[in-house]
Amino acid sequence: MTYPITRRLAIAAAASIGLLSAGPVAAEGWTPERPVEMVIMAGTGGGADRLARLFQSIIQKENLSTMPILPVNKGGGSGAEALRYLADNEGENHLIMATLNSYYTTPLRTDIGVDIEEFTPIARMALDTFVLWVNADSDIETLDDYVEAVKASGGTWKMGGTGTGQEDSLVTAMLENEFGISVTYVPFSGGGDVARNLVGGHIDSSVNNPSEALGFYQAGELRPIAAFTPERISAFPDTPTMGELGHDLVYWMQRSFVAPKGMAPEAVAYYTEMFENLSQSQEWQTYTAEKALMADFLTGEELQAYFLEEREKHADLLNAMGEGS
Amino acid sequence: MLLADRLIAVGLMALSAYFMWHAYALPIGWNGMTGGPGGGAFPFWLSAIMLVCAAGILLRSFRNGTADNTSKFFDIETLGSVVSVVVALIVTVAIMPWGGAYIALPLFLLWYLKIFGKHGWVLTLCLTIGTPIFLFFFFEVTLKILLPKGLTQPLFVPLYAIFF
Amino acid sequence: MELLGHLADGFATSLSPMNLMIVIIGVTAGLFIGAMPGLGSVNGVAIVLPLTFIVPPSSAIILLAAIYYGAMYGGAISSILLGIPGASTAVATTFDGRPMAQQGKAGLALIAAATASFVGGTISVILFTLFAAPLADVALAFGPPEEFALVLLAFTTFVGLGGDDVLKTIIMICLGLVLSTVGLDLISGQPRLIFFDQPGFYSGVSFLVLAIGIYGVGEILYTIETSKSAPSVTPAKLTFKELKYGLKEMNKLWKTMSFGSIMGFFVGMLPAAGATPAALMAYGLAKLTSKTSSTFGKGNIEGVAAPETANNAASTGSLLPMLTLGIPGSPTTALLLGGMVMWGLVPGPMLFIEQPDFVWGLISSLYTANLAAVLVNLALIPVFVWALRMPFTVLCAIVLILCLVGGYAPSQKLHDVWLIVGFGVIGYFLRKADYPMAPLVLALVLGPLMERSFRQTLISEQGNVLAFVERPLSATFIALSAIFFLLPLLNMLRRRMRAKTTAGKPAE
Repeated sequence: MTYPITRRLAIAAAASIGLLSAGPVAAEGWTPERPVEMVIMAGTGGGADRLARLFQSIIQKENLSTMPILPVNKGGGSGAEALRYLADNEGENHLIMATLNSYYTTPLRTDIGVDIEEFTPIARMALDTFVLWVNADSDIETLDDYVEAVKASGGTWKMGGTGTGQEDSLVTAMLENEFGISVTYVPFSGGGDVARNLVGGHIDSSVNNPSEALGFYQAGELRPIAAFTPERISAFPDTPTMGELGHDLVYWMQRSFVAPKGMAPEAVAYYTEMFENLSQSQEWQTYTAEKALMADFLTGEELQAYFLEEREKHADLLNAMGEGS
Repeated sequence: MLLADRLIAVGLMALSAYFMWHAYALPIGWNGMTGGPGGGAFPFWLSAIMLVCAAGILLRSFRNGTADNTSKFFDIETLGSVVSVVVALIVTVAIMPWGGAYIALPLFLLWYLKIFGKHGWVLTLCLTIGTPIFLFFFFEVTLKILLPKGLTQPLFVPLYAIFF
Repeated sequence: MELLGHLADGFATSLSPMNLMIVIIGVTAGLFIGAMPGLGSVNGVAIVLPLTFIVPPSSAIILLAAIYYGAMYGGAISSILLGIPGASTAVATTFDGRPMAQQGKAGLALIAAATASFVGGTISVILFTLFAAPLADVALAFGPPEEFALVLLAFTTFVGLGGDDVLKTIIMICLGLVLSTVGLDLISGQPRLIFFDQPGFYSGVSFLVLAIGIYGVGEILYTIETSKSAPSVTPAKLTFKELKYGLKEMNKLWKTMSFGSIMGFFVGMLPAAGATPAALMAYGLAKLTSKTSSTFGKGNIEGVAAPETANNAASTGSLLPMLTLGIPGSPTTALLLGGMVMWGLVPGPMLFIEQPDFVWGLISSLYTANLAAVLVNLALIPVFVWALRMPFTVLCAIVLILCLVGGYAPSQKLHDVWLIVGFGVIGYFLRKADYPMAPLVLALVLGPLMERSFRQTLISEQGNVLAFVERPLSATFIALSAIFFLLPLLNMLRRRMRAKTTAGKPAE
């Protein structure tokens, strides 16, 4: 027990001597000198939060970082709070942010004085998928049944999802456009809440991420109708994709990490390597397979290009939705 | 007491009006199309109720005004202490962003115990030095909640190297 | 009998010496974390969770259960001693706990809280053991209309009872509800009430900030003014005799406590509700049915016992939707849920069938943790009571520091610390002008759920207001709320009539 502490003390002493003699040594092999804040763009308990905390746990378990990574939730205003925080901490090396698609949509929807192009991209960990779900007690087995049922309801079909303007409502808008249908969109505070209300029969369908509905699916309470992916999801081999059914509907939820504008390149390299190691860890591999996540690792310039391209797409989507109505 | 009661009622009325003005930015009506009240409806109409009730209190104070005119709202003797504690709190919070919690909070303790509470130096110094140490170990080391550091940030680097 | 076998296995693991030690450490740590204003079980669980991937899973579960229970017990401590509810679940405990402490009966109040928590925890764990699986279906029957009706019921059980000025109570409720709408409107996705364009308001006004501001800073300012000469807190002593007396007193409250536990468990089990409405409703009901209802709010031991049994029972109850449906009812259960995912468990209907070891291991850990928590808590009461004997200025200084740091800790924003100071000053003025504080704080807690479920229902039902009374469950709750709302009015009328006939002139 004493050994590690003395060793740490020695390191600390060395570090402080280094500080005194040479000032901040940041050249090669930059390591964080204090705990790293991991801002989460969503509140406690949601999908994004759970994933971010999973990352924290794996990092700690596999010892991927010399300093602890501390998750802080700043979910206010669909992530507006987190984005402003990142923008206000220009040049900070001990701050990273876990993002989701509100990374694009929030600045597009409300003017919060943030341009995501300025932020430093770190790594994209995964793409989360979307699936159209109905209650297993309903007669709907195929997409055609579904469209017919929605049309028959005359606009009273209840589609549950997360807050208006967030991912689920965008997917719903895509569905409405593609099939010429109209649904009553009921916003809930989280994906888990949506799944529960679908099982309880309080809503008629949802576009939950698989991870949110998986438990109910396994218990035979929910039925997947179609997946919004280019290829079938391995966890639901019998569920056709929208593409197979002749509809070009694909939508992803990205799970990435970004850093403030002006982070030192050495620090960026450090975090990139940390997440690269993380993406190769056993825990992460099992998790993505079980939860039907597409682990699609991407970094640097390519990631930035991806972000900008997605932002364009979302701008179009929001316009098509008739934002504000 | 009476004057203070009226002033507070007027203050609450002003506050509700301010809330209503803010809420008015969003739809406050009942929208049959999307089913039910708009985004501003709850804050707007609740503030309106607040406004009416505060006005009611104000009117009531004029109607049976002389009832308790005798009791004073403030105890003048001790009002000074309240004001000074509030000022000290404001100063403390204002110091936090640039001086950090580990300068602001001991300064507050020093002032409160020594000057405001007139305690001896031993007790004052024990608490002034002991509290930040406790806060560091309880909040930062154990709970991993980092307190604001401001200028003192570099001083904590070696400590982090030891304890994390 | 399979069930008993599973439980026995669970106990065998949770009672090993190593695990017993873990329980005691966990409970003690949880107790101190819970006793800090601003910190609660969510902080305890958050720090321990990553550790649990290193220790064996069975010990990990026990450690988490111990922290969870410890923090729940701890919440009552700051409510009673300082009058600051450390978590929204402990608001109702301040109503009578704080007056008891001021009368020098802090020890008794703490004993009452500890034993009540124990009873609540035990009864609910037993209910959990027996009915976990079938009850999951009840939770599913709760849609937005039922949620709204339940929150309404929680409100009326409390509001109908208040003896304060009606106009002032209404103002405080409205103020709390308006503050609860600050931030983002979930339904339309638009930001609202962002005062002075401060980004801090995007995340709304949190309960903790308001409670620490009003009950912490505001209360201290009030005490500084009123009691510079005579301290308002009577020093309390705690002897063994008092402990025995306390336990004897508690023995008389079986009706209140069993009622509180059962209700707490059922309300806590409903995914959206949780422990805060449960504690409130238990308090309201206890006051309504008590023989000594006139002393409620002035230091009645029953007013401590009722909410404490209910909030502990509800916290156990809230584990049920998490395990059986995978729906977290609170931030803490959300973290636990994340932990379970990390351990490779899939919460949901299949968990009880596929992972009985985990489920029953957890339940037996709950039994052990609950027992350990009450013992550690009772043993530490003298320490807590001793803290109250500090000179008033020292205590104030420390509490103010804890308010500032505790207010910063949950969100790590200085914005919230400023709000605490602001609410402290406003609370001080309002309190002096006899505005009741509890409705304000409770409205802020229940407001978001109330607005959301109300609007969700109307959207689902195309604006049909009758939807609330067309469904049997929500109709029942709404009828009950109407009764609770009217009962005190009827009582008041009756009293007035009697006053009129006996005195021959109108009261007032």
